[in-house]
Order: sequence, then structure tokens, then C-alpha cells
Amino acid sequence: MSEAVSALNRASRDGFVRVEECGLQGMVSLRGDLDSAKLAKAVTAAAGLDVPETGRILASEGRSVAWMSPDELLLIGPYAEAEPMRTALDTELAGEHALAVNVSDARAMFRLSGRDADVREVIAKLCPVDMAPGVFEPGRFRRTRMAQIPAAIWMPEPGEMRVVCFRSVADYAMTLLGNAADKGGEVGVFA
Amino acid sequence: MLILTCPCCGVTAEETEFHPGGEAHLTRYGPGSSDDEFHGYLFEKVNPKGVHFERWRHANGCGKWFHAARCTVTLEVFGTYSAQTTEPPQHIKDKISAKRPGWSWREFA
Repeated sequence: MSEAVSALNRASRDGFVRVEECGLQGMVSLRGDLDSAKLAKAVTAAAGLDVPETGRILASEGRSVAWMSPDELLLIGPYAEAEPMRTALDTELAGEHALAVNVSDARAMFRLSGRDADVREVIAKLCPVDMAPGVFEPGRFRRTRMAQIPAAIWMPEPGEMRVVCFRSVADYAMTLLGNAADKGGEVGVFA
Repeated sequence: MLILTCPCCGVTAEETEFHPGGEAHLTRYGPGSSDDEFHGYLFEKVNPKGVHFERWRHANGCGKWFHAARCTVTLEVFGTYSAQTTEPPQHIKDKISAKRPGWSWREFA
């Protein structure tokens, strides 16, 4: 089989915030009844994590589980782990009305790093989300609009932001984030 | 600009994160209905000045549909509620009555 590459093959841009494409990431979309005990057990078996509360993301040991919608979760992990995660979900959820799909190659992930206030500012320039400290904090997972595309954002830790979007718009997302992070474009709104 | 709260994911955002879905609480007429009923369903939409009920979709968020009650004059949003209902819930009607006494919209008041 041909060698898998991410949308932008780890391209990066340095401004007042560093923007980089994260390379290959394992992502499994899981749809089903999030209140079901069987689904919770399946998520724990696949990712070692609980089902997150509404609008939250849980992370541990390189795996994350994000709340996407009232009936959808996104499991994130190493690229090579995506297929085993999906298989584990399928096995655990046999007979349940649920669907697990490996979407690793349909998504792109970006990492923003720098000073906390600067990282918040880059996202605030592009998304209609209150990025103020104390409002948007690590643990929150927000699906929103980034300029003209849908995107999901979260903060693994202060000074770092992750963005997930469709692979087909990865180049657009990189340009957006890179331009918003260009030197000379600092607004200092959260400084 | 409208500020809506999605009742499905609890996110409060401005309208560009959502997509409008037209008038709420339509009765759908399909095969077997009379021409008048079908015509009414397709074309006879209300365009009120004041209290209005609409369907919205959290298109760039959780992707779910919901209902919103708002004022078309002031853009005030009285409340949002589940899409799985055929009429506005009482607490929404009460909120509207508190702010727009004597309001009516189609068969609701």
C-alpha cells in the first residue's frame, strides 16, 4: 500500500504564534447513544477514557475523546492506533445502534503554540468564540466556524491550541491561521 | 446580529455559526393532500412584524436542528427549544407573554 501522508505534510509557519500541521493523526468518529453504558464501556476499551461531558474533551496518554454533538464523539490517537480503536469499538458495540468510522485521512489537525494570550488571539481573529482567559480553558472542546470553514478547537494546555478541520480545506486553514499569526498582526487583546 | 443558544449543545454563538431553516411548526402536506393544502404548505409563510418562530440548525457546531422564538423588529431572542415538538413549550410562551403581552402567531398565543 502507498505511504500515507497528512494533508500538508507537517508544514509550519512562524509568526507571533507558531502554526504547524500535526502530521498524521488517528481519528475515529463514533456515533451512537452517548448515555448508553455499553457505549461508555466501548470508549474505555478503545481509548482508555470515559465519555466526556457536553462540550468537553478528555485526554490521557496520547489519546483524547471529544464531545462532538449529542450523539457523536471523536476519538483521537496515534495514526497507527486508529484502525485498532475502530475495531475495538466495533467489537464492543456489536448489536448496538452505533457507528464507528476511521476518519483519520479525512481530517487535518493544526497545532498553535506560543504565549497563551497570543494563541488565544489568533483563534479569536478567526472564530466567533469568546477566547478570553477564564471563559475558554483547557478541557473545553468547541466546534465552530473558522472564517469560511467548520472547525473544532481545544486547548490541551495554556499556550497551545489544536484545530481540526476537513482535510480538503487544510491548505485554506493553514493560510488563515498563518496569516492571523503573522508578525506585525498582534492586537494584544488578551495581553 | 442574532445571538442564539443551541439547546442541543448549550453553545451560545452569533448567527453565522447557525443556518436558518425558515418558519417553524409547519404542517407538512404531501401525497394525498389537496392542492390547496399543498400550496399552503409550500408558499403561505407568515412574515410577521414582532414575535416569530423559526427553525435553525447549528451548522458549524453540533449540527442539530432546533427552534427559536424571536422578535423580528428588535432581534431579541425569547428562547430556543427542542426541534422534537409541534408547538412552542409553555415556558417559551410565558417568556414571550411577559415581554409582548397579547402576542399571537398563527394558532399560538
